[in-house]
Amino acid sequence: MSGHSRRVAVGLVAAGLALSGLPALGLPAFYESFLFLVFFWVSLATSWSFLSGYAGYFSFGHGAFFGAGVYTTATLTAGFAVPFLASLPAAGAVSALLAVGIGAVVFRLRRLRGELFGLLTLAITFVLATIVLNTRIDGGPGVYLSAVPLPRLVASPTGTMYLLGLALALLSVTIAYAVTCSRLGLGLFAIHDDEDVAEVKGVPTFRYKLAAFALSAAVAGVAGGIYAIYVSYVTVGETFAITVPLYVVLMSILGGARHWLGPAVGAAIITASLYAFTGGNTAVLGRAVVALALILVILLLPDGVVVAVLARARAWRRRDAAPLTVPSPEAPPIATSHALRAAPVVASLDSGTAREGARAAAVLVCEDVWRAFGGIRALRGVGLSLGGGEIVGLVGPNGSGKTTLINVISGHYSADRGRIALDGAPLAGRPAHAIARLGVARTYQIPRPFGHLSALDNVALAATFGTEPCALVEARAEARTWLDFTGLGRRAMALPGELNLHERKFLELARALAARPRVILLDEVLSGLNSAEMGSAIDLIQEIRGRGTSILFVEHVMRAVLELSDRIVVLNEGEVIAAGRPDEVMRDPRVVEVYLGKTHAA
Amino acid sequence: MPSLTLLGQSVVSGLLAGGLYALLALGLSLSWGLLRLVNLGHFALAFLGAYLTYQLGTVGGLAPWTAVLLILPLFFALGVGLHAVFTWFRVSEFTSLLVTFGVTVIIESLIQWYWTADFRRYETPYASLSFRLGPLYVPALELLACLTAAALALGTWAWLRFTYVGKALRASAEDPAIAAAFGVNHRAQSFLLSGVAAAYAAVAGGYIALISTLAPSQMWAWLGVVFAVVIIGGLANPIGALFAGLLIGVSESVTMAVVAPAWAPLVSFSILIGLLVLRPGRA
Repeated sequence: MSGHSRRVAVGLVAAGLALSGLPALGLPAFYESFLFLVFFWVSLATSWSFLSGYAGYFSFGHGAFFGAGVYTTATLTAGFAVPFLASLPAAGAVSALLAVGIGAVVFRLRRLRGELFGLLTLAITFVLATIVLNTRIDGGPGVYLSAVPLPRLVASPTGTMYLLGLALALLSVTIAYAVTCSRLGLGLFAIHDDEDVAEVKGVPTFRYKLAAFALSAAVAGVAGGIYAIYVSYVTVGETFAITVPLYVVLMSILGGARHWLGPAVGAAIITASLYAFTGGNTAVLGRAVVALALILVILLLPDGVVVAVLARARAWRRRDAAPLTVPSPEAPPIATSHALRAAPVVASLDSGTAREGARAAAVLVCEDVWRAFGGIRALRGVGLSLGGGEIVGLVGPNGSGKTTLINVISGHYSADRGRIALDGAPLAGRPAHAIARLGVARTYQIPRPFGHLSALDNVALAATFGTEPCALVEARAEARTWLDFTGLGRRAMALPGELNLHERKFLELARALAARPRVILLDEVLSGLNSAEMGSAIDLIQEIRGRGTSILFVEHVMRAVLELSDRIVVLNEGEVIAAGRPDEVMRDPRVVEVYLGKTHAA
Repeated sequence: MPSLTLLGQSVVSGLLAGGLYALLALGLSLSWGLLRLVNLGHFALAFLGAYLTYQLGTVGGLAPWTAVLLILPLFFALGVGLHAVFTWFRVSEFTSLLVTFGVTVIIESLIQWYWTADFRRYETPYASLSFRLGPLYVPALELLACLTAAALALGTWAWLRFTYVGKALRASAEDPAIAAAFGVNHRAQSFLLSGVAAAYAAVAGGYIALISTLAPSQMWAWLGVVFAVVIIGGLANPIGALFAGLLIGVSESVTMAVVAPAWAPLVSFSILIGLLVLRPGRA
């Protein structure tokens, strides 16, 4: 447990103890009721952010999960005389099941991201409301719950509800903190920034989204169950109103949907300010004022109040501290025990033995790989093999299928036909994250870092989801060594937007290496670099090979191709037209023809 | 099984109700598809238009068409003004949804503050006007709303397809940088389009005032169905919005007649969910 998480745990326990003592003070019931509402909205808003804040899948369907919980508790307690507390796990479970059912269909469809996901979930809310209204679950008149016996946690019923609300709010904030500190959280943040890259880096995106959705719905369902008894009379119109999804979204955005405490702060602010305006005509104008405040916050503080305040505080502290001694306050502690494993053995093998090893056994084999996009046949029966520690240069004119081949090997596209195997294990048909875990890593020609994650976490993500999965703390330690290896050690806490092209290209390399892959697919790592940068990149690639990693290397810079490659494979119009030692291949008349035109080939 | 007459009548009233859906969907579809702004405020503007029509009619004694003619330029200006805010803050597609939600709440509160939350009915002599078509009743006002929707949809389609401004707008929606490189002044045209979309809200509002009973919270009731119409019709596709509106209207009204009125929402949203999940390719 790091110092930060210990402080958070102490803070949460202290807040819980202090607040749970409130009923004993004998204050008027008003305070308990008001705070219950705050806790209720804290729970709902925080649970919403698990999927929608962290992974960026904005749901307007939180009302559906809340409502499923409301009506599960209502049905069980009023219809089947189940004790109230026993109905709460059921309420959570029903909502979670609903979310899993929806997610299992929707998360498979790439086009249902962004606002279409939001509208779809909103539509599901209306459908659910119609079903509840027209079946025996409600039937129209609403369900009375005032006769349901309350457990006596404390003397007064409002005190009991208050404690239940407090418990759920603490639980949801604790879950939020735990998730944001875990692999799950890092995976969800990566999905938010670039889902396709996350999958290729080994994040099981489908399962993670489903888990976050289920967790989010479960908490909302329990909140619904508690709320049903709190209001003691539930109707479809109130339960499935647009209020729940919209308030939840606004509270989270206001506080900061990507911060574990953001939604809770937003919920407290909005609940309190709505309360300040209750009664008479001021209530109407109060809503308008709140709405106006929201517009201003969204336009001026797009990351939310909590994040803005933290950033301000950090800048302030930095100004006071001596500029040279600032370890960023968010720098994670490094587990020294792990450093041994992570220390790169740089260039301990001379290149001669590496070349010998290359002949030993093929690590990656492609046989007769086909892939078409509509009528365009991008790959037409491509075959190639890559030995252990071997560097194979993949060259060919633009549009010859080089990047498509990389996309097919890494699992971003599936092959229409053919066999791809890593160490004899077939890759075809496996999802991209499984291929990454088996040991295939790639870089992108145009770097695609996760924009909201620090350079360190970009690399840590690849390490934690790589071939040797490890906890986040260890992954961060490992990431440090790879950042040092690629010369980015001083930029660890920078966001990708603050890096220049050369640094971002090296960040791509560090991400690929951190996965400890068997095979690295390099897609034009040298393009756009000046000649000094190119020299250091070539040295780096040599070092990587020295560690026994095989490299498939797409490149236009011929000097580098000839210098680095053990063998060269030439693609043209989706077919391999030549393969062999660099000097042989470059003399092949067909290769010369493809590169320089027919007249020069003679 | 209901009689053939009942079924026919429900198809007719469905078509007419669908016209009003299409009328509301039109402006929304344009700003979403061509400006990448999801404008929830469209519903609030439509209701503001409805209340103004009501006010001018009951207090000012103005005929609804005169009232709408007065309101149109005002709304055009409102649309341009709102768009100026969006441009100034470089509001993204998603942020626009949140910001316009705020706008909607503000307008709703203002309406409720001035006109109260009570239901209001704009009584006009032609509200009950209708004629017979064989065994079927056709209410005149709703027919007019439907025809207006059809005319506006056709006109907008032609505007987008055949005029320079329309083509430029479509090009900018496709790729703003390339369009700008070809000399398209997207800023000017986006202001024009936002003004037009807001004016469409005023037209829809005028009909809402004449046809339905007004209450501030009613604006949320339209939200789900109209969004379904917009997506089913295809973004920035006026003819699509028209037909999607008619489709949803008919399917709702037939469900009301054949099953029960309370089941009607299930149909439109099931169509929407089905289309979103099953439709291949298109976003």
